[in-house]
Amino acid sequence: MAERVSFQLNGQATSVEADPEMPLLYALRGDLGLSNPHFGCGLAQCGACTIHLDGTAIRSCVTPLSAASGSEITTLAGLGTPEKPHKVQQAYIDEQVPQCGYCINGWIMTAAAFLADNPHPSDAEIRSALSGLKCRCGTHLAILRAIKRAATA
Amino acid sequence: MTKPALSRRALLQGAGALIVACNLPALAAAQTASGKPALAADQLDSWIAVREDGGVLAFFGKMDMGQGVDVAIGQIVAEELDVPFARVTVVMGDTASSVNQGGASGSTGVQRGGIALRNAAAEARRILVEMAAAKFGVAAETLSVSDGIVSGGMRTVSYGELIGGRFFNRGLEWNGKLGNDLVATGQAKPKPPSSYKTVGQSFPRNDIPDKVFGRMDFVTDVRLPGMVHGRMIRPPIAGAVPVAIDEASVKDIPGARVVWDKGFLGIVADKEWDAVQAAQRLAVTWSEAKPPFPAADALYDHLRAAPVVKRQVEVETGAVDAVFTGGGRIVAAEYEWPFQSHASMGPACAVADVRDGEATVWTGSQKPHFTRDGVAATLGMPQDAVRGIWVIGPGSYGRNDAGDAAIDAALLSRAVSKPVRLQGMRSEGHGWDPKGPASLHRARAAFDGDGTIVAYEFVSKGFSRIDTDTNEADPRHSLAGHLRGLKLNSLQGFGVPAESYGFANKRMAWETVPPLLDRASPLRTAHLRDPVGPQLHFASESFIDELAVAAGADAVEFRLRYLTAPRDIAVVKAAAERAGWEKRVAGPRDHGKSDVVSGRGIAFVQRSGTVVAAIAEVEIDRRSGKVWPRKWVVAHDCGLIVNPDGLRRCIEGNIVQGTSRALWEEVQFDAKNVTSVDWLTYPILDITEAPEAIDIVLIDRPELPPQGAGEPSTRPVAAAIANAIFDATGIRLRRVPFTPDRVKAAGV
Repeated sequence: MAERVSFQLNGQATSVEADPEMPLLYALRGDLGLSNPHFGCGLAQCGACTIHLDGTAIRSCVTPLSAASGSEITTLAGLGTPEKPHKVQQAYIDEQVPQCGYCINGWIMTAAAFLADNPHPSDAEIRSALSGLKCRCGTHLAILRAIKRAATA
Repeated sequence: MTKPALSRRALLQGAGALIVACNLPALAAAQTASGKPALAADQLDSWIAVREDGGVLAFFGKMDMGQGVDVAIGQIVAEELDVPFARVTVVMGDTASSVNQGGASGSTGVQRGGIALRNAAAEARRILVEMAAAKFGVAAETLSVSDGIVSGGMRTVSYGELIGGRFFNRGLEWNGKLGNDLVATGQAKPKPPSSYKTVGQSFPRNDIPDKVFGRMDFVTDVRLPGMVHGRMIRPPIAGAVPVAIDEASVKDIPGARVVWDKGFLGIVADKEWDAVQAAQRLAVTWSEAKPPFPAADALYDHLRAAPVVKRQVEVETGAVDAVFTGGGRIVAAEYEWPFQSHASMGPACAVADVRDGEATVWTGSQKPHFTRDGVAATLGMPQDAVRGIWVIGPGSYGRNDAGDAAIDAALLSRAVSKPVRLQGMRSEGHGWDPKGPASLHRARAAFDGDGTIVAYEFVSKGFSRIDTDTNEADPRHSLAGHLRGLKLNSLQGFGVPAESYGFANKRMAWETVPPLLDRASPLRTAHLRDPVGPQLHFASESFIDELAVAAGADAVEFRLRYLTAPRDIAVVKAAAERAGWEKRVAGPRDHGKSDVVSGRGIAFVQRSGTVVAAIAEVEIDRRSGKVWPRKWVVAHDCGLIVNPDGLRRCIEGNIVQGTSRALWEEVQFDAKNVTSVDWLTYPILDITEAPEAIDIVLIDRPELPPQGAGEPSTRPVAAAIANAIFDATGIRLRRVPFTPDRVKAAGV
């Protein structure tokens, strides 16, 4: 039942041999050893597992591994680096957003994909685009400041 | 300025090396050569180390749950040592390298945890200056220190040259206590706050870049060679235990192995997804358990009728009963607060390696020293054979599910003789974490003919805040302990409002009721951010507003009429002034005319030396019943401020989390079990509902020691919102949460 599924991960060709119905999250974390994305709910309700699949922000906890076949995957670690940060990552640093930071994948990856489609959103559009993501520590205002900063960067 | 990722990674590869060794080759070599003095609170080397390059390590026995307390500790150490802040690395939460200062606990990171570090750093500076004086052959008083360089006349010597990589081998005075009460003191007197250069500045956090670039390991990311994955299996009816298991149901899953000991049931597999599936697929026959819980809508009737286990009167002045029975006008009200879940961002995770008579547990628990003790007691091992290593977990606001995960992981690892990584599923994170207690609060006050309050009584009745203790050191306070046969050891505690209202004839008391289930209960109660503070002050500060209305007084003016402590008065005035508080008696502003109506409400609280006044400007949409606290003004006095920006973000988090708890959060359950097991059934505040602005007035008091800030601003939130709803609509909500359905049902 295991199959080999090949895709690009943060710019590198890679493959995983596993049950194609297994959620992609477990392939990224277990088979490929990534520390991000995170498991938050396994139900697509929180966003902690968010990655980009061909540029679209998706919840890897409910996406089967098979869906990754031939695709290009970007994780938080592939979005930018300290030397070349994505503008949302830089804004997170500038605004000192975290409390615990476990939810960070969801917000940054969703916001990055959103800003790519809508570079100059209104405050209401930012809120709406991020609706449904969870942050239990309550950093919402800092997140909004960061995304707004990134949008005007 | 923690560098946990670095040290942890190296540590994990070596699985057993001292955590400091990888950061500090010279010190590690010295440890091998001469031996570091044993980790003890009365040894300076237990707190401070100086590297050859002049870098400073500060070993902190508390840890940061995401509010950046380690930055404040680094500032305090840098200040006392006269080194740049950037040169200090705070090492947190490893039982092998940090003294037990109680872990993260009660907003005491700076307030109490900072004391030993401040004293130790001051003492280290004194000794280093003495060493320089001996080297130069001059009196220590003639020397000065700047940036870790000791100077006298034309001569200079760096801390690194003086002691880098070696140990102080000097003692401290220690009060003999571990945990929050630990105090260690050197001969040196810490600096006067008037000379502070580093304390009081807004240094940024060091962990944020690693977090945003996906380079920071959480406890969920700890990986060990040969590690397998575990999942626990919880009963469908709380209190049921497995009576039969069909292992054939998981025989085709690679490495699947059942671990079953009385009520304790878990499963491991080689891969995580296999463990998830094995836990779902394992065929278990459960005992016939009587559903233990009352109907959810009968919770408060249950509380009213429940026997009192313990009653404690905390405040009693004058002749309260005599005044109440003596005639005059009496105002009374009762308030209700539900069970709430920590609902941490991820279900708890722990990694345990129990082999060859030794155990190491990586845990997100706020109190890894107590985790170590609990693992040792559970496994029947001596404490010094167990090491607890804190690694930041997926959110932590008290005694959440992390402690149980650590004990469970240790039992699984011992059973399979392999390192085990255990993480719960979402349903366990919400369903089986210890809950914030549900409670009732009865308040009454008597007015004399002039409208002055002449008697006041506030009595809470609720589930104990420590039915499950604040930490997992005692196996009777763990799920695994109960499931393996230990009897419940429910401790009794609640609390009373913290304020300085000078009512003549005043009584404040609490009563606890028995837990709903005498073992392994998904509704066991424990500390959740600002334990019982939100409950108590929702009730007490709502009632103060009710009294103000009854007295025909403005809510701010009425509070100022009775508050007696100068800092309390100052904080209320500061909030009112910043908000441009318009003096009026609270009450409906439009008498039901418009779809959206606004109001504003204030609440004031104390907490362990910190005082907060919060003013909410709230919009209520009559069509949907939705309540939107749109703007906040928060005046906050926590004594001397160490890091203003960090403090602001900390307060923002408390206001937002407090708003979530006030508007949305309520554990759902039926007779059998908790039924709010995910984010749909246990909603929290969405970003579309977040406030527009939180305007924070920081009151710095350099003349006072720094107090706590991690929790105090959580506790005024629900009352400020409720008071604003009344101000807008004339409707008084006395039950949390203020969900749209409930708000509509109240007739707004």
